[in-house]
Amino acid sequence: MNSRIANVAFNTFREAVRDRVLYNLIAFALLLSAAAILVGQISIDIERLVVVNLGLTAVTLFGVVIAIFIGIGLVSKEIEKRTLYTVLSRPVRRWEFVVGKFLGLTGTLLVNTFFMAIGVFLALLYVSRHFERGDFSITAALYFIILQFLIVCSLALLFSSFSSPLLSAVFTFALFVIGSLAEDLRGFAAAAKGITAMLAGTVAYLVPNFSAMNVVNQVAHGEPVSGQLILCNTVYALLYSAMAISGAVLIFQRRNLK
Amino acid sequence: MNSRRVNVVATAVLLLSLAGTVMTLRTLDGMRRGATLREVLYFRSPKMLRRMSLGYSGLVADLYWTRAVQYFGSHHIAQASDFHLLSPLLEMTTDLDPKMTVAYQFGSNFLAPAPPNGAGEPEKAVALVEHGIQHNPDNWKLYYALGFIYYMDLKDYKKAAETFERGAAVPKAHPFLRLLAAQMAQHAGEYGMSRMLWTATYETTTQEQIRRNAIDHLLALRVDEDVTQLERIVGSYRERTGQLPSSINDLVRAGLIGGMPVDPTGQPYKLTPDGRIELRNPDAILYITKGLPPGHRSPQPKPEPTPPSGK
Repeated sequence: MNSRIANVAFNTFREAVRDRVLYNLIAFALLLSAAAILVGQISIDIERLVVVNLGLTAVTLFGVVIAIFIGIGLVSKEIEKRTLYTVLSRPVRRWEFVVGKFLGLTGTLLVNTFFMAIGVFLALLYVSRHFERGDFSITAALYFIILQFLIVCSLALLFSSFSSPLLSAVFTFALFVIGSLAEDLRGFAAAAKGITAMLAGTVAYLVPNFSAMNVVNQVAHGEPVSGQLILCNTVYALLYSAMAISGAVLIFQRRNLK
Repeated sequence: MNSRRVNVVATAVLLLSLAGTVMTLRTLDGMRRGATLREVLYFRSPKMLRRMSLGYSGLVADLYWTRAVQYFGSHHIAQASDFHLLSPLLEMTTDLDPKMTVAYQFGSNFLAPAPPNGAGEPEKAVALVEHGIQHNPDNWKLYYALGFIYYMDLKDYKKAAETFERGAAVPKAHPFLRLLAAQMAQHAGEYGMSRMLWTATYETTTQEQIRRNAIDHLLALRVDEDVTQLERIVGSYRERTGQLPSSINDLVRAGLIGGMPVDPTGQPYKLTPDGRIELRNPDAILYITKGLPPGHRSPQPKPEPTPPSGK
């Protein structure tokens, strides 16, 4: 990797750690421990289900919140603090800055997700006393969550490149919600007619598709995840992120920073 | 890399990625046909779903209703005989929003008719509408929907009459409910009664597809009635002359009918050598039960992308 991009990425990661972003891991650990103990006492035979459902949902939501709130400030904060001028006055190009920021944020989320995944598996071990063959599919669900983060980070960065932090957060979160219902949206578009179908179809293909990346229910019931789905989701997430990052680069290239 | 080159590369990446995402999505959609629905039904408890919806149960009910419509529509298009997810989807919808009367009205009509026009579960349709009446006791349309199922699908004319009577007692009920209840006692099972029901359906709906469906049923009723009547006349001719008529013109000449009878498409009816009446083009009119050549199946509607097929 280009060493300038690596430097920007590493500094983004370091800054996130310095901002105590990883403190969310404590809240996550407390949530999972409490759920595992509580559900074991007050319910019958759904401990595993609750730990997987709650654990993976929490990993997603914590990660999305982090991605949005760090992502939206990646560009605007640098402009506000005027540190961007220092960075760009060195031999760092604008596109390298954008790509580096994206990779730094993704790295932060990867580390965060890694520790949360350990937490999920420990809680699962606590309630089930042993791992089952079906538990392996949880790693696929975690992988899909990381793919979702890639898209959310790229969107946050895209909005951050031209909008205010507040609006960027709103736009990114709205797209996350819409994207989570994307399959429905495409279904509705397919059922519509005329110009409505055309408009709905265009929107349905433009918004990110998080539906296919949400296999939490499936793995909670011990069902396997197909290799073809893993491949398609990987290709999709990489392409969508590339699309959003390219958009961010194009906007940032034209942006007047004076 | 100079700025111009960066722009060109970024634009190329953007466009190629956009095309790539659309293609990948199409592959994903092909792989995951029906996956959303399966996921939806991981939650079988409306109570749990209501809690999860954080008070927005109306919105979730809208979503479930749309899924029920899509599920029915896609199965109807495929001329499927298995609609096993329809009933749970409708139950979830109406449990989440018991005031969504449209789900009872149309949902019951998806459930009641025999496949491929419906799920062939009239008892479940009755339970669904009764649930609706429990929560919307002043909505006369639900009594009408329930009476319709009793009459058309369950052939329980007594229950149908009782239901129309109940509906007629509702404030601001449409006057035809009382008429239906009164006529039911004397004319249950007759063509005239069915015609009244379909005419009422036609006159009270604003949905174009339902109007079309009511018209198709009314036309089919006319054909069934015409064929029954004409075959009875053929029987009279035979009794009178000791032989079958060689054509319908014989019936006209004998003064048993006033002129050449035609079906709703304008085609004259055909008399077969064994004295039956047939349509010249039996596929031109939907839902007919009489006037078909032996072994010919009653024509069904051509499926449209969106349902509903009923009243």
